[in-house]
Amino acid sequence: MAFINLKDKVIQAKIVYYGPGRCGKTTNLEYIYDKCRTQVNSEMVTVKTQGDRTLFFDFFPFDMGKINGYDVKIQLYTVPGQVKYNSTRRLVLKGVDGVVFVADSAVERRSKNIISIRNLEENLTLYNKNIREIPLVIQYNKRDLVKQGIEVLDVETLESDINAELKAPSFEASAVEGQNVILTLKKIIYYTMSSLEKQLKQEQ
Amino acid sequence: MILGQKQLDKIHDTLNENLIGSGVQSVMLIDTAGNVIASVNNGNESIDLYSLAALAAANFGAMSCMARIVGEDEFSLLFHKGEKENIYFCKVNEELLLVNIFNNQLSLGFLRLKMSKVVEELLDVLTL
Repeated sequence: MAFINLKDKVIQAKIVYYGPGRCGKTTNLEYIYDKCRTQVNSEMVTVKTQGDRTLFFDFFPFDMGKINGYDVKIQLYTVPGQVKYNSTRRLVLKGVDGVVFVADSAVERRSKNIISIRNLEENLTLYNKNIREIPLVIQYNKRDLVKQGIEVLDVETLESDINAELKAPSFEASAVEGQNVILTLKKIIYYTMSSLEKQLKQEQ
Repeated sequence: MILGQKQLDKIHDTLNENLIGSGVQSVMLIDTAGNVIASVNNGNESIDLYSLAALAAANFGAMSCMARIVGEDEFSLLFHKGEKENIYFCKVNEELLLVNIFNNQLSLGFLRLKMSKVVEELLDVLTL
């Protein structure tokens, strides 16, 4: 649920990075935080375990500047990927306006991706949101694993596993190297803002 | 959620008169998704509002889940006491929360008394 402040002309929207454990959601946010410091007027908040795994979420507000006279602030969140943290994942999804699904390209993580996208669909349903209607971008992360001799799934297989029905825009990426991290972000922001504009016109 | 100038002005007036005027250092009206709807302070606070709102919404959501697990609809008092600063959360409706930061010169009881009036006024403003 985005919030629009007509007095100060500010729009706040929430984008959540979702995906299985260790797929690179936090690494995406860390890369954005590092490369776009001029657009982030805040420290990155991370609620994690002692073992450095995300316990609740990572967060920072990303300042998009002015769009049509409105200051647009995008709240970027990750969810905890581990299966056992589903209740906290649901909490982070509350009020979500756009989702980036980060899939792990490693062959051995194939089933985890499928379980996670189904979990996303279920959790969105709890908030009366449809995975086929919400702005969604899919990122096939860890393409760089090939360089280390680790077998990765080909994109056709990933598309067929995750995106066959959804037909969301998708990117190959390496969050560690920064490949297509910003492109993924730009795409989801574009989709989210377009969707908000459409909703506003319908309400008017 | 969209709020216009008139509603936001009234929200600011209500928070200023009832809470800042009573000694609360900083108060934020946030939604349960973590967006900042309005914030006022006594001029001596420089808090990272957006981070605090994200954490406060998550904390409130987690507390609500815990309440349900132990068989309660909700916990009526959400209060964190620090050495100098304290935080008190108050639910306005299903979507909105008030996050109050205050020091030890103000009692929690007094703040809770003020809060029922504030919530009533905020609900009136939201129906404008």
